[in-house]
Amino acid sequence: MTNTPDEKSPELSGKQVLGPDDVRRAITRMAHEIIERNRGLAGVALVGIQTGGVWVAELLAAEIARIEPETDGVRLGSVDASLYRDDIGLRPVTPGTVSDLTFSVEGATVVLVDDVLYTGRTVRSALDAIGDYGRPKSVQLAVIVDRGHRELPIRPDYVGKNLPTSSEESVSVTAEGVVISGGGS
Amino acid sequence: MSRSLLSISELGEPGLRRLLSIADHMAEVNRRANPKVPALRGKTVCNLFFEDSTRTRLSFETAAKRLSADTMNFAVSQSSLNKGESLRDTVETIAAMGVDAFVIRHGSSGAPWQLSSWTTASVINAGDGWHAHPTQALLDMYTVRTTLNRLEGFDGLRVAMVGDIKHSRVARSTTEAFKMLGADVTWVAPRTLLPPSHKEHVVAHLDEVIDDIDILYLLRMQKERMNEALVPHLREYTTRFGLTPERAARLGDHVLVMHPGPMNRGVEMAVDPSELPGNVINQQVTNGINVRMAVLFDLLGSGSENSLAGSPEA
Repeated sequence: MTNTPDEKSPELSGKQVLGPDDVRRAITRMAHEIIERNRGLAGVALVGIQTGGVWVAELLAAEIARIEPETDGVRLGSVDASLYRDDIGLRPVTPGTVSDLTFSVEGATVVLVDDVLYTGRTVRSALDAIGDYGRPKSVQLAVIVDRGHRELPIRPDYVGKNLPTSSEESVSVTAEGVVISGGGS
Repeated sequence: MSRSLLSISELGEPGLRRLLSIADHMAEVNRRANPKVPALRGKTVCNLFFEDSTRTRLSFETAAKRLSADTMNFAVSQSSLNKGESLRDTVETIAAMGVDAFVIRHGSSGAPWQLSSWTTASVINAGDGWHAHPTQALLDMYTVRTTLNRLEGFDGLRVAMVGDIKHSRVARSTTEAFKMLGADVTWVAPRTLLPPSHKEHVVAHLDEVIDDIDILYLLRMQKERMNEALVPHLREYTTRFGLTPERAARLGDHVLVMHPGPMNRGVEMAVDPSELPGNVINQQVTNGINVRMAVLFDLLGSGSENSLAGSPEA
């Protein structure tokens, strides 16, 4: 999620590891997995983590609605985790976009959605943020790219692509594809 | 060197806009059933109020608590200042207890600057003399921005600021912020209540502008001013500058009516404000918490550029 150069430097020369079709197919597969794992859509809500997870959550919700046209689809929201980070006061924190959770998460099956899973710290802060809105029945995690290097005991439930990286590299994810750059090359 | 919020001009337009957009996040927190976030855990904010205040002190204290900071309240009347301790010694004593930010209100203009030269903690000006009251200006801007949905700026908005401009730190800071965001400000005041030099457009009767404004900002008319013979009589003041039932009837429904409080009913506010369609006085108070949370978070939560360089993300 974040505004650091980490995931937002597609203009830098980098190595494209997934193309637009790959991203689209990954989202389709994750949408199927979310429906299958939850045996339908009852109580399921997608919550994108600001800001990088929001577009992914929107595409997943659209895909789920396409797969299951006879249902109402899933509830969709977003959460800004910046006020819950554990590095506040250590580095500049600029809140992204304001959280948008118009439904109650109480008793819901919340699927947190982000573009890249890295250290897990953003997910931890998002879990704390969600907890302040209510007590979900369960929380699952969907990411397009899992690049490893976890610093907390957090794992994704739905992954578009496992992408081993070095921590010097940065990973950029958009609907146009996934690009790795940096790494001293 | 820690950062401080001392005046709107030192904050500058980018800083003003940044704080207003952080305040959106705080407003979302304050709409929740449990309006509290852990952002400033472990930080201590000390309220140093050398002048009476209800809303500003409570507002800062609430703001700090909703960000999970600890608060210390310094009551001058019960302090060692009464034993002859100097302000500087008092401040250094408190700072030695571990304070991350001082919120200071003082009757002398410039006191917050003096304080910031003595301490490494952040200093927030909560009103100094007749000089500045930047968080009031922020809450006023935030109120206009959210009620009129003017996120990009206030270009073309016409503001009438009415009353005792000369002795008002609110008038100074709020006028400056309005102009920074592009609004046109007219001061409506008798000559005796204007500062000696100024660049603002001035009129001497509220009726001259009341039909052509978008925001009516009434200042508190202090009764002491009458004893100083700056105003002949409060009733005459009301006749020329007060919001009377006749003027309220002329006021367009779109006109926001604002007041920094505390209000003198029957003087500058000669109608019941709750009956005015554009009354946003209570929103100003609510927004005070939002913008003060934004200020505290911006000063205490942002850290330095390089202390954790390359910190991992996501």
